[in-house]
Amino acid sequence: MRARRTENKFIRFGLISIALVYLGLFIVMPLTVIFSGALKKGIAVYLHSLGDPNTIAAIKLTFLAAAIAVPLNVVFGIAASWAIAKFDFHGKNVLLTLIDLPLSVSPVVSGLIYVLLFGLQGLLGPWLADHNIKIIFTPIAIILATIFVTFPMVARELIPVMKSLGNEEEEAAMTLGASGFKTFLYVTLPNIKWGLLYGVILCNARAMGEFGAVSVVSGHIRGLTNTLPLQIEILYNEYNFTAAFAAASLLAFLALITLCVKTILEQVHLNEHRS
Amino acid sequence: MSIEVKGIVKNFGEFRALDHVNLHVNTGELIALLGPSGSGKTTLLRIIAGLEVADQGEILFHGQDARQKDVKDRGVGFVFQHYALFRHMTVFDNIAFGLRVKPKATRPSEEKIKAKVKELLGLIQLDWVADRFPSQLSGGQRQRIALARALAIEPKVLLLDEPFGSLDAQVRKELRQWLRRFHDELHITSLFVTHDQEEALEVADRVVVMNKGKIEQVGTPEEVYHKPASTFVINFLGNVNLFHGRMENGKLLLGKKDEENQKGNAKTGQLYIRPHQLDISRKAQDDSAIKANIRYINPAGSVVKIDLLADSGQSIAAEISQGEYAQLKLNKGEYVFVRPKNITYYDYDI
Repeated sequence: MRARRTENKFIRFGLISIALVYLGLFIVMPLTVIFSGALKKGIAVYLHSLGDPNTIAAIKLTFLAAAIAVPLNVVFGIAASWAIAKFDFHGKNVLLTLIDLPLSVSPVVSGLIYVLLFGLQGLLGPWLADHNIKIIFTPIAIILATIFVTFPMVARELIPVMKSLGNEEEEAAMTLGASGFKTFLYVTLPNIKWGLLYGVILCNARAMGEFGAVSVVSGHIRGLTNTLPLQIEILYNEYNFTAAFAAASLLAFLALITLCVKTILEQVHLNEHRS
Repeated sequence: MSIEVKGIVKNFGEFRALDHVNLHVNTGELIALLGPSGSGKTTLLRIIAGLEVADQGEILFHGQDARQKDVKDRGVGFVFQHYALFRHMTVFDNIAFGLRVKPKATRPSEEKIKAKVKELLGLIQLDWVADRFPSQLSGGQRQRIALARALAIEPKVLLLDEPFGSLDAQVRKELRQWLRRFHDELHITSLFVTHDQEEALEVADRVVVMNKGKIEQVGTPEEVYHKPASTFVINFLGNVNLFHGRMENGKLLLGKKDEENQKGNAKTGQLYIRPHQLDISRKAQDDSAIKANIRYINPAGSVVKIDLLADSGQSIAAEISQGEYAQLKLNKGEYVFVRPKNITYYDYDI
């Protein structure tokens, strides 16, 4: 049955226009500027600036950080959401609040936490220096900061899914003789796979786009501790607009791909539900 | 397999769900755990299954301590109230699940699994739904699939939690008769939880009436209905009228004033009388008859339900047969005399 449209034609038109103008002004226009800025001096210059060794190193580091942070947070996210959704224990609310912490705290503060912990003047600094371990201003710090800021993404996505699913199917599997691992693999995982995929996508997007936290711990060593967002800032500050826009277009392109994947998954998920 | 429940205690925080419960279930019996919500019946079922751990007490399966065994090793078939079918699997895969997750050494071949699932689908008369998903089935069908899935692992004990709780009245009646016939064929030791007394009395070999974490009575449906062991049981197993009265020399005296009741050597107490045990007449049958005014008559049904108001202000529910009703030609607003034909339960004050 089709829902009856009761709104006035003008109200509908007005609302749609406001949304479109807003979208155009704040999203579509800047995106266009990025791509046009990147391609202003032609495709050859565009490719050349992307081929810069420092930019390539930044791309590599960005992918590396995401490749480590996402799987770790998937494991953590499943474990935490399982514990929160299926068990009652003391300190559950504390755990929930802690999971939300990286979302509510400014990324700069997240970065500073690591400097205060591992920096030379930091809590563990002297001990690390004695053992000749360097964390701050190395790729390790970048990876740690990325893990920290993307930490809630998977768990947040899974907790409501797991809660709504309840325990019964897992209990049924156990009475039928399935071990804990088989229950997870054959019963839980298929039921949470969509939530998990959204979580992974969001986690990945955040990992690649993070600026504040990694900026604090990076030290901006070219070709070594710069991620793509940091590299863009450096290029921009050097008035190297074409190169900055080229790198930015790459990041924007990655974001667009992520969005496309998410939309396609949602569509597939919807169709699967209908059939 | 027989089940022995010994002194089971279970607390949820401050709440005592089970309070020293003892129960013996014979091999091949069909037992109903009957009680209001919060009486501990589902908790008891889950403890027997191993889904919940008791704080105190023992569970013996065929004389052997079951507590050391994990849920997955107890060999118990459990049917959940909301079926708990695996929503992402077809009916076939649901039923095959218990066989497919067996360790490699004991796992049957895929052909054997196929044959077993087919046999079970035939048993529950649902051969044609093998390729469907649970969401495409009706409640009654899902319930039977859940049963087939539990039976696939050939359990020694079958536990059913409110098996018909979320079905509509018609399907409910059909399914419970089906379950009875089914049990008569398979003779597997079974316990089912219900809050519906009619269901318990109709289906079970023995009924366990529970209240506030304790067992009030264990007996055949006939025993618990006709010889209730406590006021709780009589109240829970259907409508009942409560009268204050006394027994004198084996004779029942009702509807007298309290001072009169306390005279002589009579024992005063509460009488519980079911609606169908009341006799209605236009003339006073004897001196224990109570004068009452007919407030409402409902002749729609196998019996005629009559709601009366005694002069004392007490409300009385009575049931008479359609034949009697036709003979008496009762009218609303009319005064009649009510007298118990027999008494279900007599609770002495002393």
